[in-house]
Amino acid sequence: MTPKHVKYTRPDLKIIFDLVRHGSSVLDLGCGTGDLLKKLIDEKQVQGHGIEIIDDYVLACVAKGVPVVHSDLDDGLDGYPDNSFDYVILSQTIQQIRNPDATLQEMLRVGKTGIVGLLNFGYWRVRHYLAFQGEMPKSKVLPYEWYNTPNIHLSTINDFRRLCADAGYQIVKQVNVTNQKRGQFLPNLAPNSFAELAVFVLQVR
Amino acid sequence: MNENSVGLVRRQYFTFAEPPNEMPLESGEKLGPITLAYETYGSLNREKNNAILIAHALSGDSHAAGYYSADERKRGWWDFMIGPGRSIDTNKYFVICSNALAGCQGSTGPSSLNPTGKRYNLSFPVITIGDMVRAQTHLIDALGIKRLLSVIGGSMGGMQALEWAVEFPDRIASCVPHATTTRLNAQGIAFDEVGRQAIFADPDWRNGNYLDEGVIPEKGLAVARMLAHITYLSEESMHQKFGRRLREKERYGYDFSLDFEVESYLRHQGSSFVQRFDANTYLYITKAIDYFDLKQNYGSLEEAFRHVTAKVLVFSFTSDWLFPTSQNREIVQALQVHRKPVSFVELDSPYGHDSFLIPNAKQEKLVSDFLRTVYDDQMNK
Repeated sequence: MTPKHVKYTRPDLKIIFDLVRHGSSVLDLGCGTGDLLKKLIDEKQVQGHGIEIIDDYVLACVAKGVPVVHSDLDDGLDGYPDNSFDYVILSQTIQQIRNPDATLQEMLRVGKTGIVGLLNFGYWRVRHYLAFQGEMPKSKVLPYEWYNTPNIHLSTINDFRRLCADAGYQIVKQVNVTNQKRGQFLPNLAPNSFAELAVFVLQVR
Repeated sequence: MNENSVGLVRRQYFTFAEPPNEMPLESGEKLGPITLAYETYGSLNREKNNAILIAHALSGDSHAAGYYSADERKRGWWDFMIGPGRSIDTNKYFVICSNALAGCQGSTGPSSLNPTGKRYNLSFPVITIGDMVRAQTHLIDALGIKRLLSVIGGSMGGMQALEWAVEFPDRIASCVPHATTTRLNAQGIAFDEVGRQAIFADPDWRNGNYLDEGVIPEKGLAVARMLAHITYLSEESMHQKFGRRLREKERYGYDFSLDFEVESYLRHQGSSFVQRFDANTYLYITKAIDYFDLKQNYGSLEEAFRHVTAKVLVFSFTSDWLFPTSQNREIVQALQVHRKPVSFVELDSPYGHDSFLIPNAKQEKLVSDFLRTVYDDQMNK
């Protein structure tokens, strides 16, 4: 039912895969069926762990041999000590979290580096949809009706950058993606309008 | 006959710790000789690395799967999990289940005879979960197995699985504790104590010497079981199963005979338990469960788990209020502090603590998949 992990390819996962250092430790928040972690474990010898809320996805992780904990991110990361992972990943999940600012804070406490994949609600097609249809935007990536969407905290790239600035997180890197491709001219020139999604590498200043 | 059954099985016995080489116990006492009743299903491979130990709960026994005779309808207590093509696949794995030390289904316990030929009764030493596990290591040694592929157990069986992981890290590749805890809480100890008091209060208990005096504390043991059985169910499952239905009557009897279905069910649970279980064993095993506390032995759970090398899979059930999800999560959190490979799932089930004993497609898939990844990992090494 949730198309987040299955129905379309995930360019953000490829970008994140490239960002993670060989042999590092990774905690993937909202890891879905564990495909990214599995690839990181197999190909980059990463010490990988996941957290996922949907039980069938948790079972899928176990079937792949990916260590995973069935848990709700809104309950926090209490059991994890400070700086216990090299990376904490949160990709295309932040929009479903009740308190994104608290979760960001937690992930940068537990991880030395945070990697966030963000769907950009400022993307021109989304703006166009709202402006000319006069309805909440829907797409392959956002297939839900306004009343049943799990995506309760959608934001633009600028919104997210402002949150990071206010909270004192340094954006070490930002990769912009449109039509499955990264680093194109327009999205890099004006990401808030032309990037469909962006991947941020964050550290506490 | 179900074609996936392990089929006919037989109980076997292994005796060790013959005097003067008695097994030291956690209490400081010694015990020997010790006999463990056990069963095995499937076959041990040449490398002897496909062995899985199943640890049973309070009232369980070595009969985890199959049946003792062709005309017997009753199956082992985890038959739906164990068999060719089943979750714990006996085509692939060699499965062992032994009756716990202090048990009453063939293993040495308070109703056994001591070396002088007298029944132990209350002179049987108080044993712990750690003692049960040390006894199991002797059986595993005798079977020629250096390292178990997994130790799997629910409830008290889960305590044993954890004990294996903590005390014998080199001897297991994985473990699957479920519906369990790292230490019994006050509520759990309280229920156990009420059960013991029910047995003590039965005049036929005779200070534990009932077998020598030719009686059995049936009433006390039945009440203990009735109480415990309620803690294994859930409000929802009892409501579904019985509601307020009356037993073979249309209206209240206005007396103290039997009115409700649930009363009849509990009385049946109590009286059938008395047929197969020993009252003194009930005392000793509940005591072992009460004493279990990994934290106390190591100062903290994190410290207890420091040297764990096993891959760990923990699962709990939504409706289990005796060993709730929060207690199972403590295991996971303490292992995560060391970034140990641990997985955890809360399975949806209305059947309370007993859920792990009831067929459940997700549980079966989960255990099967987990064992496969551990097995494949080991083969690739």
